[in-house]
Amino acid sequence: MAETTRCAPGDWVEVEGILLEPADRAANLPEDTAAQPLRMWVKGFARTAAALGEELTVETMTGREVTGALAEVNPGYFHTFGRPAPELTSVGRDLRARVAAYRKAGG
Amino acid sequence: MARKGEIMKRALGMDYAQYERSPIAFDYEAMMGAHGYSLEQIIAIQRAAGVGKTPLLELRNLTDLVRSYAEPRHGARLFVKDEAANMAGSFKDRRASVSIHVAKEKGYAGVIAATSGNYGAAVSSQAARAGLNCIIVQEAFDSRHVGQPEIIEKSRICEAFGAEVVQLTVGPELFSLMLELLDETGYLAASLYSAFGISGIESLGWELAEEMTALTGAPPTHVVVTHAGGGNTTGTARGLRRAGATSTQVVSASVDLSGLHMASDADFNRKSFTTGHTGFGVPFATWPDRADVPRNAARALRYMDRYLTVTQGEVFYVTEAMAKLEGLERGPSGNTAMAAAISLARDLPRDATVVVQETEYTGAGKHHWAQLNFARENGVEVRAGDPTQSVPGTSIVIPERPEQIRAKDFDLSKLRRSYVRNALAHAGEGYAPTGDDIVFLAADTNSDASVVEEIVASLKEV
Repeated sequence: MAETTRCAPGDWVEVEGILLEPADRAANLPEDTAAQPLRMWVKGFARTAAALGEELTVETMTGREVTGALAEVNPGYFHTFGRPAPELTSVGRDLRARVAAYRKAGG
Repeated sequence: MARKGEIMKRALGMDYAQYERSPIAFDYEAMMGAHGYSLEQIIAIQRAAGVGKTPLLELRNLTDLVRSYAEPRHGARLFVKDEAANMAGSFKDRRASVSIHVAKEKGYAGVIAATSGNYGAAVSSQAARAGLNCIIVQEAFDSRHVGQPEIIEKSRICEAFGAEVVQLTVGPELFSLMLELLDETGYLAASLYSAFGISGIESLGWELAEEMTALTGAPPTHVVVTHAGGGNTTGTARGLRRAGATSTQVVSASVDLSGLHMASDADFNRKSFTTGHTGFGVPFATWPDRADVPRNAARALRYMDRYLTVTQGEVFYVTEAMAKLEGLERGPSGNTAMAAAISLARDLPRDATVVVQETEYTGAGKHHWAQLNFARENGVEVRAGDPTQSVPGTSIVIPERPEQIRAKDFDLSKLRRSYVRNALAHAGEGYAPTGDDIVFLAADTNSDASVVEEIVASLKEV
């Protein structure tokens, strides 16, 4: 399904919002963190229609109402395994050979 | 603050104030027993919830690998408790099952936990079975909205079990949000550090002692535990003692992430381990009461006989070796103890028995390949070589040979000193510890009164 730029009431969506602006953040944060706002993302069922970036209220899985900017419609997960790390590809072959040699030698 | 105390008292399901004895000491055992469940009852609760009784596996190929390069007559037998076989894929199910049982018994409509780790999956899964609502609050992204792939997988699995997942950028303010959510919903705070949760881990230590006795005729000589917040070490050690395994050495192990700041936006995605590392392991050992409960039930320093650290590269190497030699493809964080155990077993005689007491599930995002690819994308150098040359956040060095897996002993006397310093600082300016405080501190640091008195005296001189 193609990425959608609008949601209809009842759609499963993600909203985002800023919880704390940099000036309002906790004391004693490292500088890099203190310079950034604290942001939040929550998923739920859209109460109304909205376009990406527009304010919208969702009902979450626990029945809470959360209001934020529409970030994504039908948000997915795209984390993977990726390619094997070249530094690890020969580990299995080499270690199996070592165990076999050890046993052959009467270990 | 009074409001905070009120919210927490209702959300925690117990009153911690009754266990306080002084600004330093509290009655730990009374707090641990306050839920009223015996170990047998906890095991029954867990069996009904589909948790525990995981396979204990002997790792004959890894043992022979270690023996192939150990000194003559050295190379202990290696075993692993395959905790990934729990319903949500880790030993955290043991923790969650007891908290969820309590929530249900006490009539809470739901539970809330702040966790980016396997505990979120465990709470979500157990809550689903119990018909309770569940909110998981996660520190998930850096300010670019880039998520650590292991945490993104954890968001996915929590949502798969029907939890509401609140994802945040980096920062300790997560706990203020959790407090607001507890106030709004009236749910139980299913803290990782509650007495309920820690008691749930005792079954793991007890089971493995019983299973090793059945298999080898005796409890293990060593149990190696991946250490972060301290619950794993604490619960396992308490369970071993309950099983009468009082001579078993409890060895905690963490990935060395020294130099990385845990609240830093820039460092957040430069680490390949989201738990089981020194960034939690050291601060929680030296001040357990930094947790989201008034008194932490997880007090690792009380129970650890040794504390070993390993590098990220060593753990990735061992994770690959476990899959190829033992047919166990498991998550890297849980293999932290395995890397330490391989180093430990090399130095022990052949009749020693070393149990690694957990594994965790793996998959997209959590997998060691995913982690290494992500590290490279975030500017961390990955290379093969001598792992002692690695610098957390800058480089990951994968060993070229198993002989290069060498855990380092963390000096426990430094942890004890740091703990006592923290305890005195929290007691307040000018507070003089009483005799009862000294006894408490000795127990809490697994040392004796003279050691504590010496530390107190030396801190006064500074």
